[in-house]
Amino acid sequence: MKDRDFKIYRGDNERGELVNYKCKVTEGMVVLDVIHRIQADQANDLACRWNCKAGKCGSCSIEINGKPRLACMTRMNEFDDTEKIVITPLKSFPVLKDIVTDVSWNYEQNKKIIPFSPSKKDKEKDFVMMQKDVDRVQHFRKCIECYLCQNMCHVVRDNDGKKNFSGPRFMTRLASLEMHPMDKADRIGDIRDVHGSGMCNITRCCTEVCPEEIQITDDAIIPLKERVIDRFYDPVMIFFRKIFGKN
Amino acid sequence: MLDISDIRRIKFDVLVIGAGGAGLSAAIAASQEKNIKVGLVCKSLLGKAHTVMAEGGMAAALGNVDNRDDWKIHFRDTMRGGKMLNNWKMAEIHAKDAPARVRELEHWGAVFDRTKDGLINQRNFGGHRYPRLAHVGDRTGLEMIRTLQDHGIHQGIDIHMECTALDITKDNSGRVSGIVCMYRETGEFIIFETKSLIFATGGAGKSWEVTSNSWEYTGDGYGMAYEAGAELIDMEFNQFHPTGMVWPPSVKGILVTEGVRGEGGILKNSQGKRFMFDYIPEKFANETADTEEEAARWLRGDKDARRPPELLTRDVVARAINTEVKAGRGSEHGGAYLDIATQRNAEDIKKKLPSMYHQFKVLAELDITKQPMEVGPTCHYFMGGIKVNAETSMTTVKGLFACGEAAGGMHGANRLGGNSLSDLLVFGNLSGRKAVEYSKNLKSYPKVNDKDVKNIIKKATSILNREKGNNPYLIHEDLQKSMQYNVGIIRTKKEIIDGVNTINNLKSQFKNVKAPGTSQFNPGWHEAIALRNLLISSEAVAKSALLREESRGAHTREDFPDERKEWLEYNIINKKGKDGEMETLKEKRNEPDTELNRIANSSIEELEKEVKKDHNKLMSKV
Repeated sequence: MKDRDFKIYRGDNERGELVNYKCKVTEGMVVLDVIHRIQADQANDLACRWNCKAGKCGSCSIEINGKPRLACMTRMNEFDDTEKIVITPLKSFPVLKDIVTDVSWNYEQNKKIIPFSPSKKDKEKDFVMMQKDVDRVQHFRKCIECYLCQNMCHVVRDNDGKKNFSGPRFMTRLASLEMHPMDKADRIGDIRDVHGSGMCNITRCCTEVCPEEIQITDDAIIPLKERVIDRFYDPVMIFFRKIFGKN
Repeated sequence: MLDISDIRRIKFDVLVIGAGGAGLSAAIAASQEKNIKVGLVCKSLLGKAHTVMAEGGMAAALGNVDNRDDWKIHFRDTMRGGKMLNNWKMAEIHAKDAPARVRELEHWGAVFDRTKDGLINQRNFGGHRYPRLAHVGDRTGLEMIRTLQDHGIHQGIDIHMECTALDITKDNSGRVSGIVCMYRETGEFIIFETKSLIFATGGAGKSWEVTSNSWEYTGDGYGMAYEAGAELIDMEFNQFHPTGMVWPPSVKGILVTEGVRGEGGILKNSQGKRFMFDYIPEKFANETADTEEEAARWLRGDKDARRPPELLTRDVVARAINTEVKAGRGSEHGGAYLDIATQRNAEDIKKKLPSMYHQFKVLAELDITKQPMEVGPTCHYFMGGIKVNAETSMTTVKGLFACGEAAGGMHGANRLGGNSLSDLLVFGNLSGRKAVEYSKNLKSYPKVNDKDVKNIIKKATSILNREKGNNPYLIHEDLQKSMQYNVGIIRTKKEIIDGVNTINNLKSQFKNVKAPGTSQFNPGWHEAIALRNLLISSEAVAKSALLREESRGAHTREDFPDERKEWLEYNIINKKGKDGEMETLKEKRNEPDTELNRIANSSIEELEKEVKKDHNKLMSKV
């Protein structure tokens, strides 16, 4: 057992500072264990979000030495023995207290998405969908809504960007609906106008931080952009639609 | 005197506390009725409730993989798993309704793994006769909660996140009239006036040291319902899941899905022996393989082969691991070896159990496609809970409903894996509909008495306001240690009494609990508020465990090692007595319905024949 040094942000959105703590680190500990130990022994009121402690709920997203991570899945033995560990809140969202941020903006984005819409006829019987046709949808649905991708997205990070772009998490959700074999809704217009697919310039930062390793950029955002282009910008497709109707 | 006129009030017809699978299902069901205002309060952010951690699947007799399945067989499995102590009616409703609820979930957007024919795939699990669990790899809970969440947000439900419920208010006639809550972020109080209240608040697994449960599992529903005069039932039945992680120490207790065994994983001791063959209970001997050769045939899909003993019910497997460890045949860190690496190829493992692969790789630096896992029992689930009427989900308090893990009765002495997620859907839906019916019959809102509100708020704020006092975290740690040691997986009279004494001692320490800091997002304060409910839940567990002098399902008394017939006639009830102390009583069970009794006690051969006839009759009609 050794004592190690930690700096944790304490404060709110306006004022705050990095406070020094020491904590004994034992075998197998993750950063969330350290936060809990400090909370129990030294700082009962240290605010921190967490739930499952197994990388399944996406609650404990924070920045560790400047990198967005899940505290429950970041092992202490990743760091050098003498390295000081700095724990700060996600940068893209307002701080509520200490390392807890206000992520309500994400819930507003989700609500704007046209929900899953199968046809009435399909709902009368069991869905028949082949595994290969739902593989990609399931890949998207692995998302645990940790919002690390949202935090990392430079468009979302900018406040004006938040007005124009729903962010990678919700591009992924839109893709999961658009590629669902039984879904009948048309979201292409919304994807461009409401969710701002054009705002993404494919820097792939979101994909790099995804703890579920979802190929957000290549599998979700780019195919959505292509669908938007087909609908609104492809002269051949526009010509065909004029002649043969919408589909 | 405290002025409560500034405190915000919101009125609902139906208010649901808890937004896991049960709470969301209840809120969605209630919101289908026009002109009914529905609210939903959750302690965490929406979509983070404990349901998200469920891995294996939801049990429903869809018959997609084995068409011999039927509600009757699911019902029989559930009763046998529960050691016949289940509420008969609840087990019947559950088995009959589960398939419709799973299909509904698919229609709301859940994307289950598929069979070759493109239908919902189903997997094997402990105690289930056929492959019965609809699943998505090993992240079924996530699929369920996200589907309910994304569907629920469009149903006009008023959702209050990160909001802790403190206590219920009742009008002078004893009906529920509201509930006082507190927003965790700001510490601001709010009064929800409501005609009916549904508790979907989960269990109290945080009473133990080694648990698969998150911080939310503090028995809030049990505590609040108990204080409001409701009865708690079957609280001695606490499921210790046989396979939690045991190493490294910081992850001890985290769940390893039963799906590992469902997909073929085997249990071995330190001598390399596959020990479960030595622990087959007589009652299950007919339906369990007795050689490795037969178990292997079963895994290959031979319908005539019997199930491997690793898939016996959870109580049996947990006790077996415990016995092996006590006999000195445990794994390096005091568990058993769970081996899937030698049973399935790496690609299959990664496809079927992706989050287990990931979890062990990151948290234990172990590759489950190459090495065996180390596993041991972890507190997982409360079979017991708030006593409800099977057909309405109403508790013994008028206007208070309960569903999911918060409610007791459905699972008897032991729950089968996969029956929880289906329980959430079935009884979430039922309680939502029944709460609407109840609320529609009330012409006006039952009155919330100011005095009650003031008392509730004073109790909460005094924790912050006292000059000094006891550290809530340390009281909680002491409780967990004592419950782990004294009221754990194997129990004796002496230890349970020690456990009760510790709880009494901690209750007096709790009276002087102090949380430093302000009311804004203060985890110490939240911990102290939850402690009352943890203590009530633990007391009910310990006292019920002391009274039940037999071993049945998940309740194992070393001093009374066998099931005793006379105890099959009783459930144990806990309620607040007139003197304010907890009363623990034996309550005579109702006689089962003759038809249900017949089905549950049929031999499997008889019942399979009967079901075949039923199915043929149905087919000839179509």
